[in-house]
Amino acid sequence: MAKKIYETPMLDELENGPWPSFISGFKRLRDDHPDSRINEVVGSLLGQLEHSYETRKGYWKGGTVSVFGYGGGIIPRFSEVADAFPESKEFHTIRVQPPAGNHYTTDMLNQLCDSWEKNGSGLVTFHGQTGNIMFIGTDTEGTQDFFDDINEYGWDLGGAGPCVRTAMSCVGAARCEQSCCNEHGIHRHLVNEFVDDVHRPALPYKFKFKVSGCPNDCQNAIERADFAVIGTWRDEMKIDQAEVKAFIEAKGRDYVLDNVTSRCPTNCIKLNDDDTLTVDNHECVRCMHCLNVMTKALSPGDDKGVTILIGGKRTLKIGDLMGTVVVPFKKLETLEDYEELVELASEMIDFFAENALEHERTGEMIERIGLVNYLEGIGVEVDPNMVSAPRQCSYVRMDGWDEEAEKWFARKAEQAAS
Amino acid sequence: MALADMRSPIESGCPDGFQYMHPVMRRNFGLWKYHEHPRPGVLLHVAHSGDKIWTVKAGTQRILDVYTLRKLTEIGDKFADGYIHFTLRSNIEYMTDDESKVEPLIKALEDAGFVVGGTANSVAMISHTQGWLHCDIPGTDASGVVKSMMDELIDEFKNCNMPNRVHITTSCCQINCGGQGDIAINVQHTKPPKINHDLVGNICERPTVVARCPVAAIRPAMVNGKPSLEVDEKKCICCGACFPPCPPMQINHPEHSKLAIWVGGNHSNARSKPTFQRLVAAGVPNNPPRWPEATAIVKQILKAYKEGAKDWERINDWIERIGWPRFFEVTGLPFTKYHIDNWRGARNSLNASTHIRF
Repeated sequence: MAKKIYETPMLDELENGPWPSFISGFKRLRDDHPDSRINEVVGSLLGQLEHSYETRKGYWKGGTVSVFGYGGGIIPRFSEVADAFPESKEFHTIRVQPPAGNHYTTDMLNQLCDSWEKNGSGLVTFHGQTGNIMFIGTDTEGTQDFFDDINEYGWDLGGAGPCVRTAMSCVGAARCEQSCCNEHGIHRHLVNEFVDDVHRPALPYKFKFKVSGCPNDCQNAIERADFAVIGTWRDEMKIDQAEVKAFIEAKGRDYVLDNVTSRCPTNCIKLNDDDTLTVDNHECVRCMHCLNVMTKALSPGDDKGVTILIGGKRTLKIGDLMGTVVVPFKKLETLEDYEELVELASEMIDFFAENALEHERTGEMIERIGLVNYLEGIGVEVDPNMVSAPRQCSYVRMDGWDEEAEKWFARKAEQAAS
Repeated sequence: MALADMRSPIESGCPDGFQYMHPVMRRNFGLWKYHEHPRPGVLLHVAHSGDKIWTVKAGTQRILDVYTLRKLTEIGDKFADGYIHFTLRSNIEYMTDDESKVEPLIKALEDAGFVVGGTANSVAMISHTQGWLHCDIPGTDASGVVKSMMDELIDEFKNCNMPNRVHITTSCCQINCGGQGDIAINVQHTKPPKINHDLVGNICERPTVVARCPVAAIRPAMVNGKPSLEVDEKKCICCGACFPPCPPMQINHPEHSKLAIWVGGNHSNARSKPTFQRLVAAGVPNNPPRWPEATAIVKQILKAYKEGAKDWERINDWIERIGWPRFFEVTGLPFTKYHIDNWRGARNSLNASTHIRF
């Protein structure tokens, strides 16, 4: 029987133009793949997508699909127009956790292709916005079979629904001189402590970890993660004065004045008459700008660690929130340091599970109960680095002032002693 | 299959990336000294050991078919020792420690139809979501919007002519899964949900839906003798938050679901603190298969930014310096009552000073 080909005049328009076309890729699967199941599924998908383009509406609905032993990890999709496009009536996405740092060998990618062709549509994305490899398009049976196959050689499902989600980390120390931490290690220590919370959604809503190796925050952690780990340093940045001179020789003094010193947010970097740079490290906020411009001359210091910001999220429901500082600086060198990090995350997830309302993210919960209540709940002391400015309005009861001031001086004395 | 025969999962979690990492990167982990940018699409990293690694970055269609993925791995086998890295914005990166392989690698990628670029002060690959292809609540497509826009912005991807990098994002509903961007193109609904009262009682958990509304505009009601929900349309902000938990409250509409354009979102801490994107244009038609109206506005904004910003200024830095009135002047976009925020914290966005540029 001749294969049914759905007409796709609108999608065909997306084969024009110089950027690679996903539609051309879909058509290769429809027309050239040796497996007729894939031809039919992708042909039907093209038909439904064209229908969406014509009517400007989506036609997928959710449902409940997972694999044996798990409660999440799959994005179930059932077609609302299955009568017209029956071959793609079930078209679930399987979320698979990528390796920390998103590194792959070609052999491994080819092996994943082989497995996916056996059970899926042949469509895949590296990666979705949560950070998962998304294997797009299979039915309920294919979901289990594909998972069983790839789970045997080292791959596990990511999170979907109200659970700890797949984490993300930048390329970091693997290929970047600005890395201030072992992003790879932090990523795996954190998320792999909570595999149960990834696979069995039982939290009020999602909880995301993201790790960026420096304040450039290439993983968008502050904006997107409930728990953002950002590498930083607290000693002096390194200046290679010979490279400063070479830079000035190549670009000119004006370039340094216009693009380095005058852009410093705290005016802590100065170009001297002898073409050297001086940095007042005490005033530096580690914004990274000068290091980004002068990659050879300037680099992070040696006393590296991380800043942890909590509560970033997107619009639903109270509007976008950035993560805010909860741990200004933490060393991450010894196994004990990592255990403390995981312990802190665990406290936060427990508090979230017990105190957030249904469908409320950590940032919204903090907005509702106040940062101080949150800090008391997770056992973290207040710090002036947590605010951009202190309280503005006098309408607050402050009869515990003396004890709180005592605590501050006691903590200061303890820090000075250690 | 009987339950007893089902295979139990191995809960291995996130795999160790070192096993898939290029050996030069493994060897120099945490020991890199500096990087250079020899040409658009290529980075050179130099380690303290003296080791060097070249990275070639390329844009793809993101939704990959296995043929395309196998083509990409074949190129990796031939020119990049069989190792691949994917960036946050779904670009593919190849690494090699052999400089002589860089040009042939670029040629192989371009011959196969991929686009080398996306580094430094270019317009990076647009990050996008799933849209009509796979999402259950989308107001528009994602891959199609991005394909159409990248066709128009390809020269800005291949070259580094912008004052600083430009990250563009798209989102198919107002939850904004695409995230913050220097420029964001997001669905903006303009009419309240259309409710199928015959289905609400059976399909929707009504208290959950009531709780989901950001402005408390939904209340339980009996409609035609059936338990349902009603929306106070005077209060409704048409955000679509009720639609995911209650599909009979259809928010998507072929005409009334529009696109809005936002600018100045910046995740980096460089210079200023991270910033949220701000509304600049709305009422843009959701016009498949090519969305020309949205692309035209994006290009208008990019042109003004390219002409007006200083080196290293991201879009938010540029607007911070020139001021919002000037932004609307140089882009020619209308300033309306909808630009004045009335959400929580809105007073912080008003000008409480005489700082006015004339």
